Amino acid sequence: MPAAPAIEVERLVKIYKKVPAVDGISFAIAPGSITGLLGGNGAGKTTTIAMIMGLITPTSGSVKVLGADMLQQRYRVLHRMNFESPYVEMPMRLTIRQNLTVFGMLYGVSDLAGRIEELGEALDLTDLLDRPTGKLSAGQKTRVSLAKSLLNSPELLLLDEPTASLDPDTADWVRAHLDRYRRDRHATVLLASHNMAEVERLCERVIIMKQGRIEDDDTPARLLARYGRRTLEEVFLDVARRPDEVREAAQ
Amino acid sequence: MRTHSESALAFSPRRVGAMMLRYWYLLRSSWPRLIELIYWPTVQMITWGFIQYYVMQNGGLLARAGGTLIAAVLLWDILFRGQLGFSVSFLEEMWSRNIGNLMMSPLRPFEFVTALMVMSIVRLAIGVIPVTLLALIFFGFNLYGLGFGLVAFFVNLLLTSWAVGIFVSGLVLRNGLGAENLAWSIMFLFMPLTCVYYPVTTLPVWLQPAAWALPSTYVFEGMRELLIEHTFRADLMLEALAINAVFMTVGVAGFLTLLKAARRHGSLMQTGE
Repeated sequence: MPAAPAIEVERLVKIYKKVPAVDGISFAIAPGSITGLLGGNGAGKTTTIAMIMGLITPTSGSVKVLGADMLQQRYRVLHRMNFESPYVEMPMRLTIRQNLTVFGMLYGVSDLAGRIEELGEALDLTDLLDRPTGKLSAGQKTRVSLAKSLLNSPELLLLDEPTASLDPDTADWVRAHLDRYRRDRHATVLLASHNMAEVERLCERVIIMKQGRIEDDDTPARLLARYGRRTLEEVFLDVARRPDEVREAAQ
Repeated sequence: MRTHSESALAFSPRRVGAMMLRYWYLLRSSWPRLIELIYWPTVQMITWGFIQYYVMQNGGLLARAGGTLIAAVLLWDILFRGQLGFSVSFLEEMWSRNIGNLMMSPLRPFEFVTALMVMSIVRLAIGVIPVTLLALIFFGFNLYGLGFGLVAFFVNLLLTSWAVGIFVSGLVLRNGLGAENLAWSIMFLFMPLTCVYYPVTTLPVWLQPAAWALPSTYVFEGMRELLIEHTFRADLMLEALAINAVFMTVGVAGFLTLLKAARRHGSLMQTGE
């Protein structure tokens, strides 16, 4: 019997002042998998992730996370998931250790001091733990956000542009860490990104969004074969530039 | 559409403690924040202390009631600083763009509000206790001499300040930092109506029912009765408590409704202006 999906989205719609940001999308994410949500600006990736997290209430449709309906039972699963997003930050005046202590208590992490040291080592933050978060570089702040998102060893990790504003070396290092975490913990990861190379390297499956709809959904290899392209970037450009009538005919 | 389950009402002292620790770290990290807590209450108390001194020298009704103006300013500070202590702790989350992290964590709204209430008492204690001691040293006015009356005044003023703080926090959640000014100024709407420095009878007759609709009005009237007539009016305090129950219910219901609206409008992801 196949395992229940970690995320189950059905006919999800979000309309802001008559403009649909997400327009009736459905998908299911298998546990232990890593899926990329690709799309240009305004494609609806962030709104979709925010609805999965329960930060935004859908206009209609349903979201189930780890078996719980996020509209009615979100508090049953919030301690089993975590996220990282460029739309939120950690308090700047608190040190990294203080911030992680507060969030660790909120998530009920056992042996919190040990877990903070462990993450400090894993994310190369040990020497910075007692420095105020506001005094870190962009790359260091991203690593702190990542530490916060891994603090409770989540079964489900939602990442919105996790390597934006990072230099290529740090970005590569973060990707390797995420991949290792996913494999070690058998965690489910949903990753929204503009970065095609990142998605190509990390993801087993890619969902391409445009104007709030799912334009395509497959493994990177099958997408490349279907579009006759060598990179996901070329596939993305094909999808982004094809007129709506071509998409409808293809569907 | 129902947006929370029974477990949304669960309460964890650990999570409340986490939020209190977060605000304590913040207060500890910034001495200007600590100075700011004491600065205005001290300036106000000294100004009104000298006015009181002048009035007493020139005779009249208030001369019989030593300390009425100083007591009024100290009680007003409990009301104003109580609300500000609640709202500023909340605003810290908006300023630092941390609200999304909190709303996505297992922290329940009631736990968040409880932590903000406790922090308003902590901030109030830091700001007002030293000022009450200065009032004793400079003007010989002992606020603690009000005895049980002070406890009743304090509880009622704090409840009013929390009710207003909770509602204003909901408005800021829904409307972003564009609504921040409300947090700083809303109590001043209360000031003329709640009769801090003068009795309710000073107001035009048509305005007096509006004054009696505010729980804090009963406290300031009770304070004058205690200092001028030396009578503790328990009936006034009970009426204030009853109106405070209504204020708290409206404040909490308003906060939850505005939080729901913020989720609907996506405001939790965009906490700027």
